[in-house]
Amino acid sequence: MNRIEIDVASALEDRRLQAILFPALQRSVESRDEAVSEVENWEELRDFGRRVKLHTLEKLPFYLEKLEENVVGHGGKVLWAESGEDAVRMILDIARERAVRKVVKSKTMLGEEIHLNQGLEKGGLEVTETDLGEYIVQLSDEVPSHIVTPALHKSRHDVAELFEAKLGMEPTDDVAKLTLTARKVLRRHFLEADLGISGVNFGIAETGTIVVVENEGNARLSTSLPRVHIALMGIEKVIPRTVDLSVFLKLLTRSATGQRITSYVNLISGPKREGELDGPEEFFLILIDNGRSQIYEDKFLRQTLACIRCGACQNICPVFQRLGGHAYGTVYQGPIGSILTPQMFPIAAVEEHPFASSLCGACEETCPVKIEIPKILLRLRQQVQEARNRGIQRFRPERLGMLIWAWVVSSSRRYGIASRWLRRVQSALLRNGRFKLAVPPISAWQKDRDVPGLAPKRFRDYRESEGAEH
Amino acid sequence: MKVSFFSTCLVDQLFPQVGASAVRLLRRLGVEVDCDPRQTCCGQPAFNTGYASEARKVASYFIKVYRDVETIVVPSGSCGAMIKCHMLEIFPKGSPQYQEVLAIASKTFELSDFLVSKLGIVETGARFTGTVTYHDSCHQLRELGISEQPRALIRAVEGIQFVEMKNSTRCCGFGGTFSVKFPGISAELGRDKLRWIQESNAEYVIANDVSCLMHLDGLLKRERIPVETMHLAELLVK
Repeated sequence: MNRIEIDVASALEDRRLQAILFPALQRSVESRDEAVSEVENWEELRDFGRRVKLHTLEKLPFYLEKLEENVVGHGGKVLWAESGEDAVRMILDIARERAVRKVVKSKTMLGEEIHLNQGLEKGGLEVTETDLGEYIVQLSDEVPSHIVTPALHKSRHDVAELFEAKLGMEPTDDVAKLTLTARKVLRRHFLEADLGISGVNFGIAETGTIVVVENEGNARLSTSLPRVHIALMGIEKVIPRTVDLSVFLKLLTRSATGQRITSYVNLISGPKREGELDGPEEFFLILIDNGRSQIYEDKFLRQTLACIRCGACQNICPVFQRLGGHAYGTVYQGPIGSILTPQMFPIAAVEEHPFASSLCGACEETCPVKIEIPKILLRLRQQVQEARNRGIQRFRPERLGMLIWAWVVSSSRRYGIASRWLRRVQSALLRNGRFKLAVPPISAWQKDRDVPGLAPKRFRDYRESEGAEH
Repeated sequence: MKVSFFSTCLVDQLFPQVGASAVRLLRRLGVEVDCDPRQTCCGQPAFNTGYASEARKVASYFIKVYRDVETIVVPSGSCGAMIKCHMLEIFPKGSPQYQEVLAIASKTFELSDFLVSKLGIVETGARFTGTVTYHDSCHQLRELGISEQPRALIRAVEGIQFVEMKNSTRCCGFGGTFSVKFPGISAELGRDKLRWIQESNAEYVIANDVSCLMHLDGLLKRERIPVETMHLAELLVK
């Protein structure tokens, strides 16, 4: 198992990235705030959304089966994939049986999660991303750096250079021209593709309808032009009724992009029916677990699965605003990534991630379904430490420090003695806000900051001698 | 009114003048203040780093010291949130300690909230000439929901000029052990804050948590920026 470390240094030293990140994310936060301020009962909607999600999760098998039943009723086929590899294999099988050569994909984070593109290409298929951001990321052979805006890390200038190199386009900084070029190239792919793959924002159990929310029309084309459509859906994306959708759409689009509604909301119920002119001949819905049922086990942690992937927590997170997505080294990044990833995969692989937060709580405050992200981070931190305590790492300096500290501060006598000793040690080492011979954790701190040091007199002694009475 | 003052370990060890100011302020406003000499820490450093059993050990000691008092006042939103919101999470529901924490949580107040919400005091009689801005510390703002109380107290200071800085609610980057595990990000976030403080033209930045102030002050000094940090209690005894 490879451990993924957060690459702080490259992100902070990348001046180009730093120039893009904060202004872009700040704009997203502002448009979200504005869109939310128009909705009088926003808090009520959040509560409703959360309650519906938690209820659905509690009865997950029931709603999933209902969804399956209704999708099948529309002439669709439903497949259940336990792992990402299973899902990729299923898709390859479907493609092989139908002599598929070219695939168009609309945006799906689940596709990223299961490394779909690599899998399909290994299977001999030609895959094209059709969401503009995803297309940019694919052309530059990268991965998305944000759930909603995958090419967040790129400036318009970067995109122009990329299009110049890869598409032979004339150099330009004109966004409209860049978009038009991509549109022209992609149009051809849409027409030639035999298979369209999409994600799913919501699966409505009551009607067997899947909902795909987008702004570019690429998802509509991907799901209707090719003769086969495969929709990938995480098992947590099911919602009970169509009326619930009205609330979730509001929560999603306003939180994600600050839009009242996106340009396209696709409601898809099965393949083309007799007498219909458009639509795929075959429709498959693949319900993917890939570690989700592990999260389902714990009643408190289960709320992690309520996430509707709006990215608002990423936009507002101070740490994400500095790091961007790539530094996390994971598919899901930022606050939601740091609670999702450690629960879906072995926690030891991403044990640094739950700690990469100042616990400021801005994520929970903005989350449209009120996921208690800081509390979950804290719980995961405990899991990480407990796992470390079981192995050789039980003798790690941090833990010994904590053990000694807890022993000292749980007695006023020990605390008093330690206070006197520390002052003696400090007086030999501290000069003008800096420790000579600094050891961690002080050395980490004083690289950028002056260190105040312990006061000559404690509050307790201060009070007694100064007489706080006056 | 009688209160027991929990100075917090950080104030006790590093910023005793903040504790002394808070006590003086409370007494000036007619509150009878007791400082239990046995007090140490609430256990937050361990809790936030995932060391639940160490946090439990310290919290158990805290409960022993404070179980019998009438009201606890703490000059920190962060430690206040540990006591009021998180201490419950480290004891099993229904255990005797859980019950005691429930009782303690309901009688614990962050200083500015105590003055404004509990005592109904906004005018503290303080006088101060200077331009100040206020930094919302995260736990106080988002876990305790305290935002207006400190601002009201600041505005009522005679002679003061209060300006809001941009993004006052954005984290300063301290985050406890976060600032040690990710010192680079922590410092960058702190420097963002410094920029907004400077843009506000304030000469002083006020907050209710010495932890944020220690981090900001360390950065201000290192960057040689002539802005001073001040805990609200220090301002209100001027």
